Amino acid sequence: MARVALIMGGALISGDYLLSGCTTDTDNKKETAKTKSADKAPPKLAEVLDAKQISFMNEVGETILPATKTPGAKAADVGSFMAVMVRDCYTPKDQKIFIEGLTKLDEAAKKQGGKDFLSLDAAQRTKLLTALDAEQKQYSKTKTLEQPNHYFRMFKELTLLGFFTSEPGATKALRYNPVPGKYDGDVPYKKGDRAWATT
Amino acid sequence: MEKNTYDAIVIGSGISGGMAAKELTEKGLKTIMLERGRNIEHVKDYVNANKNPWELPHRGGKTQQMIKDYPVLGRDYTLNESNLDYWVNEKESPYKEDKPFDWFRGYHVGGRSLMWGRQSYRLSDYDFTANAKDGIAVDWPIRYEDLAPWYSRVEKFAGISGSRENLPQLPDGDFMPPMEMNVVEKDVAARIKKNYEHRRMIIGRTANITQPHNNRVNCQYRNKCWLGCPFGAYFSTQSATLPAAVATGNLTLRPFSIVTKILYDKDTKRAKGVEVLDAETNQTYEYFAKVIFLNASALNSAWVLMNSATDVWPEGLGSSSGELGHNLMDHHFRAGAHGDMPGYEDKYVYGRRANGIYIPRYRNLFGDKRDYIRGFGYQGSAGREGWSRDIAEMSIGGDYKDALTEPGKWTMGITGFGETLPYHDNRTYLSKTDKDKWGLPILVMDATIRENEQKMRIDMMEDAKEMLEKAGLENVKTYNNGYVLGGGIHEMGTARMGRDPKTSVLNKHNQVWDAPNVYVTDGAAMTSAACQNPSLTYMALTARAVDHAVSEMKKQNI
Repeated sequence: MARVALIMGGALISGDYLLSGCTTDTDNKKETAKTKSADKAPPKLAEVLDAKQISFMNEVGETILPATKTPGAKAADVGSFMAVMVRDCYTPKDQKIFIEGLTKLDEAAKKQGGKDFLSLDAAQRTKLLTALDAEQKQYSKTKTLEQPNHYFRMFKELTLLGFFTSEPGATKALRYNPVPGKYDGDVPYKKGDRAWATT
Repeated sequence: MEKNTYDAIVIGSGISGGMAAKELTEKGLKTIMLERGRNIEHVKDYVNANKNPWELPHRGGKTQQMIKDYPVLGRDYTLNESNLDYWVNEKESPYKEDKPFDWFRGYHVGGRSLMWGRQSYRLSDYDFTANAKDGIAVDWPIRYEDLAPWYSRVEKFAGISGSRENLPQLPDGDFMPPMEMNVVEKDVAARIKKNYEHRRMIIGRTANITQPHNNRVNCQYRNKCWLGCPFGAYFSTQSATLPAAVATGNLTLRPFSIVTKILYDKDTKRAKGVEVLDAETNQTYEYFAKVIFLNASALNSAWVLMNSATDVWPEGLGSSSGELGHNLMDHHFRAGAHGDMPGYEDKYVYGRRANGIYIPRYRNLFGDKRDYIRGFGYQGSAGREGWSRDIAEMSIGGDYKDALTEPGKWTMGITGFGETLPYHDNRTYLSKTDKDKWGLPILVMDATIRENEQKMRIDMMEDAKEMLEKAGLENVKTYNNGYVLGGGIHEMGTARMGRDPKTSVLNKHNQVWDAPNVYVTDGAAMTSAACQNPSLTYMALTARAVDHAVSEMKKQNI
């Protein structure tokens, strides 16, 4: 309660859920000399993700959380959200992993079907990202704090955070009420009713 | 000099300082309240209070720049873009740590009354007699009956919602109607009551009003308290004590006023005023008054006293006992358990309750005996999981997304808030070498929890697990997320009350033994910590001390 800073979603959001944005001090200290040069000044937005990459990430996001009966990640422009988060909240080490991840994802696409990601149809994209998600889950299971984060875990986390805290995500996919006015701890729920955007 | 002379000076404008100003001005005293930081105006300056989540660029998270600028604040949930302006600038106002110590401060009008957790509990005579019974530290110079009427007074003014429970270890107060437990909490509470003779799970007692009160709107269940409440629904200096003090016409509020020392008059053996450094202009001023209330928060009140050294008291005003700055306490927490509650899939909640449940202390009470002394209370809540949960069998795609738009299973977690003992060796002192932005010596923290607290933490975890499992929760897991002193943001004890000037800094009326027209009524005064959230006790001690001060002034004793 008082000790848990909840903005939206669940108790995890403010903590380690956003693993890349909440890197611990120890992690910072373990920055290698290789990435140290990036330490000097925070890069400008465009230096982290350009318009093309933002658009690419919107497609990745849309595959993770597509429009169904409610809008998807692209409608929430999660790509632009990611650009802000990677620029401001990621360590230089994680920024590098994220950006290299865009290329890695395309390489994986080519390996799967000989085409880059944007040339795949929706079903192929889903198949590819399902495989990458399985890969990151497996990797993250045994990953130690010192080992690098998996790029696809970053993509997925930022897609979820960006979408469900966005206006379309919070108000259309979820339910949002800025001023509830009262509390009722026992209301009926039936399958299909949407969850509250904020707790 | 005349224009700088008042009947009373209040140092600090947080929970206890605001209360002191309100009580003093209502009794007719011309009062100046000195606040070291900027002003924050009620409602107008709560800049993020009405923003939607998507209007925050990082959705409330922390940036690398924030992590760099706020290395202390970043140790906990406290570092957050939504209310960053309410926390102290760590570069301007550093402190040193001989041992790790978390110090989360708010330097502005209202102090931490703007960001506090609002849980409000009375201490009982189990707490006031604990030191005497255990033969440690010193005995509290007061008992519950001394404070009970003052608890009532401040509860009625602040507006504390809660349920009456008739528990000897957690006396009932003058409450507004309680908030409600949710359906799972109600069932867990009933099972705990059935499973254990002396355990109860109750709704938290919180300084959120549940009915309109003194031109304040009742809680709207937004759960955004720490941004500042546009409805004034929780107790803060801005919502409650400041408007009351201003309404008397007797209050002067001076922001950007760092009190550097209390001016002590050797001839009268009284304080005659304070020296103020204007934080913006660096100019020095003196203010004079018959009575001074020191409410700068436990550590900074000790700082003001220590920095008020004279040739009479070379270690600071109030240092004659050797206890000033010592006996530093907090509440240790971040250890407990959580689990899943099966069923209730057809139940949900409406509204965001800015409150949780409370399980009052039961350890080392009612015949229970542990391998440590004192005890802890639990705070927690039950709720359905949101979109950030894992869905093991799903990966990505439309079905996954649609599943996340529905609430997940019910879970419940509780965390212990444990008493720390008053160890003489846990102390703060003035650095001889390091200074802040204004050239003032900074505090050094030299304090840690010890064996009693470590043993208690194990029990806090294991007992939480046992209790939750017996109440029907599954997959119950314990956790100990680590704790260093100060993290509870309940600093206490650095100028303790006592019965003997040789072993305490303050007497039973919160007067500094060495200067009886100086009253310290914030956390510094605490003789023991108990395990209840302490702010309500500071408010009650303050109201009681003001009453005493005014009566002593009438008798011309001070």
